[in-house]
Amino acid sequence: MSNLKIGDQAVGFDLPGVDGKRHALADYADKEAVVVIFTCNHCPYAQAWEDRLIQIQADYGPKGVQLIAINANDAVKYPADSFPMMKERAAAKGFNFPYLHDESQMVARAYGATRTPEVFVFDRKRALCYQGTVDDNYEDPAAVKKPYLRQALDAVLAGRAAPIAETAPVGCTIKWK
Amino acid sequence: MLHVTFLYFEDCPSHEQALARLKQVMAEEEIAAEVEIVRVETEEQAAQLGFIGSPTIRIEGQDIDPPPAGAMVGLSCRAYRREDGRITPLPPPELIRRGLRAAIGR
Repeated sequence: MSNLKIGDQAVGFDLPGVDGKRHALADYADKEAVVVIFTCNHCPYAQAWEDRLIQIQADYGPKGVQLIAINANDAVKYPADSFPMMKERAAAKGFNFPYLHDESQMVARAYGATRTPEVFVFDRKRALCYQGTVDDNYEDPAAVKKPYLRQALDAVLAGRAAPIAETAPVGCTIKWK
Repeated sequence: MLHVTFLYFEDCPSHEQALARLKQVMAEEEIAAEVEIVRVETEEQAAQLGFIGSPTIRIEGQDIDPPPAGAMVGLSCRAYRREDGRITPLPPPELIRRGLRAAIGR
């Protein structure tokens, strides 16, 4: 279960990205909304949703939304989730958002993330508006009936509460050290 | 009667859906099989079983999607590729169907 409750402030971070730069939450202070996504390379659920997250960044980026992906998995047990492999994955998929490495797992623990992927949506004041899964169908984007993340972003951008603020994240468990 | 082994790791949420899919395809193909369900709980058990991820379906011992040599065994969720190239955590029905048909020589 997440450590953050709806309305709680985002927990700051400063992590290395696959682009060779460090990324802090504060770097995105001008954004209307920030989506922090705990994800990884190896998990098929994370992979199944990757293209949709890229499309969401493309659709909502011009509206002031920033997605930030964070991988906290133990790369010793899961070498596919190592930082070098993250760089390869981001390049191969053409990630249009930062992909950060939480090697100490402190950020994931601070958020109380449990699964990959698991999303946290923060509004202009960086209050948590939505936490959970991306949508209701990991297997088939065409069959999605409840696009939770998109609905939350639409609401946040309109100054409203997300229609559904919490869902159970669906995916692999975060691989703790 | 065919022997099907369904191996899963509890942390991967799709195993119940995958088992239902297996049974659905068996019914569609009118193939009777004994389905042995194996819950893989430890890394040692995963290594012993050659378990590369959940869910894994073996028909007469043959993986429906044979992994490449040297594939890493362990407690993780397994990625399958759909015919359209997309990744899914669920074994696609066609993969199950092909495995069943191959096993009975259809």
